[in-house]
Amino acid sequence: MSTYQKIAMALCLAFASTGSSLADEFTDADLQRWQQQFMSVVSEGRELWTSPKLGGNGVACAQCHPNAANTHPETYPKFQKQLGKVVPLWQMINWCLKNPLEGQPLAADDPKMTALQAYVTYERRGVKLEPGKH
Amino acid sequence: MNTMNNSRRNFIKTAGALAIGSTLPISLVELAFAESDRNFTFAYISDAHIQHIKDNRFVRNWDRGLIRAVAETNLLIPKPDFVMFGGDLAQLGSKPELDHGAEILSALHGDVHHVMGEHDYYLDLGAYWEKLFGPQYYSFDHKGVHFVVLNSIRTYDDWTFKRWPTAEQRMLEMAGLDNPNGSPFMVGEEQRLWLKNDLDKIDKNTPVVVFSHSPLQKIYKGWNFWTEDADQIQALLKPFKKVSVIYGHVHQIQYNQIGNISFNSVMATAWPWPYPQSYAQAEQYLPKLTVPMNRADPFFDRDATGWQFINLANGNADLNFTLYDNTGRIVRYNEKQKRPEDAVYQDEKARIVPQTHY
Repeated sequence: MSTYQKIAMALCLAFASTGSSLADEFTDADLQRWQQQFMSVVSEGRELWTSPKLGGNGVACAQCHPNAANTHPETYPKFQKQLGKVVPLWQMINWCLKNPLEGQPLAADDPKMTALQAYVTYERRGVKLEPGKH
Repeated sequence: MNTMNNSRRNFIKTAGALAIGSTLPISLVELAFAESDRNFTFAYISDAHIQHIKDNRFVRNWDRGLIRAVAETNLLIPKPDFVMFGGDLAQLGSKPELDHGAEILSALHGDVHHVMGEHDYYLDLGAYWEKLFGPQYYSFDHKGVHFVVLNSIRTYDDWTFKRWPTAEQRMLEMAGLDNPNGSPFMVGEEQRLWLKNDLDKIDKNTPVVVFSHSPLQKIYKGWNFWTEDADQIQALLKPFKKVSVIYGHVHQIQYNQIGNISFNSVMATAWPWPYPQSYAQAEQYLPKLTVPMNRADPFFDRDATGWQFINLANGNADLNFTLYDNTGRIVRYNEKQKRPEDAVYQDEKARIVPQTHY
């Protein structure tokens, strides 16, 4: 068997083992489950947003940004003049963690960073995307 | 103007407090012609939110805002007749915060009158604050003007007395501006009765100035840019010819005219707040008259914060905003239009890009 044949064989076996679940078929129950997953991360984000423990000095994100207002997730990535380059939202969040919150930055894929971005974006739902806007 | 402001900021940083006198905004000059007996000025500092970390540590950023306002206020020429502090001296109403704030304010020359804010109140319902600063509501007369100070940040008794297991939790719940567990602010029946009696004794031609922490008008309930019994307070003020309401809490420039009453907000020394229209899910009623302050640039600690002095010319309040990292703003009563207006930006065409909030 050539390498290609081996791969083809393996793929066939893989599909056979997944049973009835086909790629693009999903139900209301799936949609609900995914929405629940999303909303639970949003509410974790809201917890962190209002927590005095996220940073180092007791200041919470919500102190300056009630309901995450004036964070404008729909405008990122955008040029931040003081950073001198185009950055995604999470880099701006880290700037806030380090400066007004006098704390430690989070890794881009830290679940806390995901939750913060999920919350901020959720509060801005319905607003059209305007990347780059100031 | 931006260049000027930048150089001013850097100058203050490097040259220290002595230099501030020579670099204050030129708008101060306008006071020189206010020589009529009835005209006078007072300074207004508000929303310092002194925040205790632990031991002897406080959030530096908020400390700096208040220290700067005190230093600059002391340099005003001519000297203001008195200083108002508009509430939220503390962040969580604790003794260390109120003491530390009081100590910073103690450097002010002259009399200081205080307004109660929710961050000063909900830990012990104002008990320690009263020891430091006096009664929660009161009135006084000065050069023919009747001044009234209200505690406008009380709320329903059930919320205050029955809902929370501890005073600390009650304070934390009310401290979150956007907290859905919060409760609408109100002056309440006790003070409304007091106010009615107080005003009954005053001639209706006497200019009246009311200081409150929350707006005595309804703008956005979700963040308590709101006073539940605002309509009833406005009704009590209606018989007077000239009434000004000056309030803190909102950390932004707002002004409005409702009938005979002019409304003006003051800036915070701690941090700016977004306009409610920036919250996509909010139903809000920012007065159409208001030209918003510049959007804050978070990279400058003190941007969109500041303090103000108020010229009480002929019984109407003209607000002169001293903004630490922005060009100053003047909101002046227009005798012809009978409403407060921005001296520069009122016309739609005169506005600048950073005044667009979204």
